[in-house]
Amino acid sequence: MEATLFYILAAVAVIATLFAITEKHAVHAIVYLVTSFFALAVVFYLLGAPLVAVFEVIIYAGAIMVLFLFVIMMLDLGHPEKAARPGMGDWWPALVLGAVIAGAVVVLAASRPAAMTAGVSVIGVREFGRALFQKYGIAVEIISMQLLFALVGAFYLGRRRPSPPAPLPEGEGGRRPGEGGAAREEETV
Amino acid sequence: MIVPLVHVLILAAVLFALGLVCVLVWRSNVIMLLIGIEIMLNAAMLAFVGGAGHWGMADGQVFALMIMAMTSAEVSLALALVVYLHRRKKTVNVDEFNEMKG
Repeated sequence: MEATLFYILAAVAVIATLFAITEKHAVHAIVYLVTSFFALAVVFYLLGAPLVAVFEVIIYAGAIMVLFLFVIMMLDLGHPEKAARPGMGDWWPALVLGAVIAGAVVVLAASRPAAMTAGVSVIGVREFGRALFQKYGIAVEIISMQLLFALVGAFYLGRRRPSPPAPLPEGEGGRRPGEGGAAREEETV
Repeated sequence: MIVPLVHVLILAAVLFALGLVCVLVWRSNVIMLLIGIEIMLNAAMLAFVGGAGHWGMADGQVFALMIMAMTSAEVSLALALVVYLHRRKKTVNVDEFNEMKG
């Protein structure tokens, strides 16, 4: 019964992802992707990873996708009539590579007999936390520093410049104030 | 493990291929390109979790969590870049961002 559920959820995830990557409207694509992530979260739960399933729902579907939605609405990109669907020239290299991967998957599935493993080994929160904070404690520290750097970088990129970068004709828009100051210093010298 | 590991890996490969196709196709919209990267990272997470369930070790799940933290950092930076570039060029078409000089 659980195996049947896995295959159903796998089909849901693949179909939702397929709709997401062919959708012209970015907001619809994100909603399809949230569907796919929910199905994938239940797949994680079935594979014995309840904590990762919960984090998938909270962080991926809850935080990252909402961040995408915020940016789409902030930049006013939700106009499907203005968005350009990629032409045929964009599709064929992607389809060739996708066909190569699909062929590899088919060969792999056909050549190897699938051995059914008995028993579900659910990895609980205790074992997970012990591996996370004892065995990989340094990695947690590095990840925290990485998140801090991302926060600082996003803050730096997202702040409003004092003088908005006017689109200059030569394509050299947006001189920083520091560069202007340096140029002025050179002039005085 | 309720299903063979090969089936989990096949699902991960299919999702990864879909993400790769999304990245290769949507060069006219940087948001869809980032969505393709998300799909690929999710497929990698699925492979990690499948391995963790197959061998009964928590390490794969720990690395799935690492991928999640890395993705959140990457998405926040990338979306800040998108906002910055859109403010500058009024478009999200990747082909427009073809010059390095600030």
